[in-house]
Amino acid sequence: MSAAGPPQGANYAPSGGRGHSVAATAASVGVTTSTIAAAAAAPVPRSRSPSALLVRKLFRRKLVLAGAVILVIVALLAILAPWITPYEPTALKIMERMQSPRTTHWFGTDELGRDVFSRVIYGARYSLLIGAIVVAISVTAGVLLGLAAGFFRRLDGPIMRVVDAMMSFPDILLAIALVAVLGASIANVILALAVVYTPRVARVVRASTLVVRELLFIEAARALGVSTWRILFIHILQNIASPILVQATFIFAYAVLAEAGLSFLGVGVPPELPTWGTMIASGQQFAHQALWIVVFPGIAIILAALSLQMVGDGFRDLLDPRLRKAI
Amino acid sequence: MTEILTVSGLKKYFGHGERPVRAVDDVSFDIRDGEVLGLVGESGSGKSTIGRSVLKLIEPTAGQVTFDGIDLVPLSASAMRPYRRRLQIIFQDPYASLNPRRRVGDTLDEAMATHGLHQGSARKVRIAELLSLVGLSPLHAQRFPHEFSGGQRQRIGIARALAVEPQFIVADEPVSALDVSIQAQVINLLCDLREKFGLTMLFISHDLDVVEYLCDRIVVLYLGKVMEIAPARELYRSPRHPYTEALLAASPRPDPDARRVRRLLQGDIPSPVNPPSGCVFRTRCPYAQDACAATVPPLREIAPGRFKACLRDDVP
Repeated sequence: MSAAGPPQGANYAPSGGRGHSVAATAASVGVTTSTIAAAAAAPVPRSRSPSALLVRKLFRRKLVLAGAVILVIVALLAILAPWITPYEPTALKIMERMQSPRTTHWFGTDELGRDVFSRVIYGARYSLLIGAIVVAISVTAGVLLGLAAGFFRRLDGPIMRVVDAMMSFPDILLAIALVAVLGASIANVILALAVVYTPRVARVVRASTLVVRELLFIEAARALGVSTWRILFIHILQNIASPILVQATFIFAYAVLAEAGLSFLGVGVPPELPTWGTMIASGQQFAHQALWIVVFPGIAIILAALSLQMVGDGFRDLLDPRLRKAI
Repeated sequence: MTEILTVSGLKKYFGHGERPVRAVDDVSFDIRDGEVLGLVGESGSGKSTIGRSVLKLIEPTAGQVTFDGIDLVPLSASAMRPYRRRLQIIFQDPYASLNPRRRVGDTLDEAMATHGLHQGSARKVRIAELLSLVGLSPLHAQRFPHEFSGGQRQRIGIARALAVEPQFIVADEPVSALDVSIQAQVINLLCDLREKFGLTMLFISHDLDVVEYLCDRIVVLYLGKVMEIAPARELYRSPRHPYTEALLAASPRPDPDARRVRRLLQGDIPSPVNPPSGCVFRTRCPYAQDACAATVPPLREIAPGRFKACLRDDVP
């Protein structure tokens, strides 16, 4: 048939196809329809995407699993707060103020007789909600800026200089300044934190975009006439999703901490709302008599931030072989 | 046969300033309908740059690429779109040329969706058809690229190019990243497809054996310039340019007893930033004369269908 040699029907089976052996053998090259028919007869499990494989590897890490479990518990408590908490978080009982932890008040009561346990649980709602919205806004904005800077060379300079300028301010300082200008409210805290964390996302997205845009499959898409928008928001975004997710988990953790910090400093959420930050802020004067008022929200902050960091760290290590520990 | 694609005076310089990299420097050739034209040369001779310029994946510095009577070079992205369906490319590296996060079926689907081909369930049928055509199973549409071997991925790359039913395909070293045993399979596949669909192909390769087998005519490149153009058989039988001669002599023959004259070229290909004056090959040419440094040899017709860019008529 040919000088270069006819196909010998070499059985090269698809790699990495555990559990696909029947289909793999049948599908080994050979254009004849009979082999295809044989393959069609064999049930083929829907194969796993690279993302699914990554997630599986991720949860095989004990730290990640522990972090995720804590996170899920905190999230569940936040969602189910009205049904779990024994008291209204704002219910005042002046007669029972500054009671140490006991069966009626698991975490004790604060200086106004409010149940600390109920307030910590409700605090999770505010902290996680603020964190989640900050993540949503900063990731969206950061992705748009980063993609634009990484893909359109002319926009790279202008966008990244602004991003650099913003990153040159210490996070908390910039947030304080923004809230001071805008006024202390939940919306402004969220806005300020989103502004602070957007540059981080933009940097990561730009760097990843610069790598992916040069890959051959992007050129293949261009050769097919696929639109620039599709290339940007499907092909490139698909392939830089992992580093963005890593950033998102870290930003979530930072945002929870920063909200507490801002509230503690009095430039955050208004003090009447039970967030972990406001609880510590108002409780600090009484800490020498009633340590529990500040300890429990403090533990809550640590747990939430730590669990997010654990997940984020594990994820990052998985993606970056240079940081992967030799355990 | 009529010319379907004509490249004339194509130049691609990378970088700015006084000393750009002259990757492709004034290259002209044409491809006839239904023919496979081979583009051979060492690494850095500008083969891939020409292939990409033809498809406007990179903007040429100067020159025309005329396809079906239309110069593609000045076309805007949207004006180029209908031509994207008619001109396709198969890449060298089958590992990088498929989006790792997309199922094979989705990749093929996108190719057709971009040009509005085969709506709805007809597209599913077409995807299965394409996969069978390149020797894969229709079931492979559900798989991800990482589940395939290099040869299989290259088949997927070929299926993607065929999905839009192109007239003309640039095959940019489609087999050089594959095992030798798999190379033969993919080349045979390309041969079959060519016959089946009457494809015209620009086949880029540094492997002379592959080119000899597949191509009708061959363009020999050196440092971004055309050295010789000839029908494949004649080129192999009697090379008329010193560079082609050296290239053929360097190609290994599977006969241990064969006596052959080895004409080893000294040194490396010169830098395209600072190419030699006159003939770019003169620094390594065994027949170089003083005149070679003074004038750039034009590509001239020495016999019907045979062109060479060499001042000397007496060699080789």
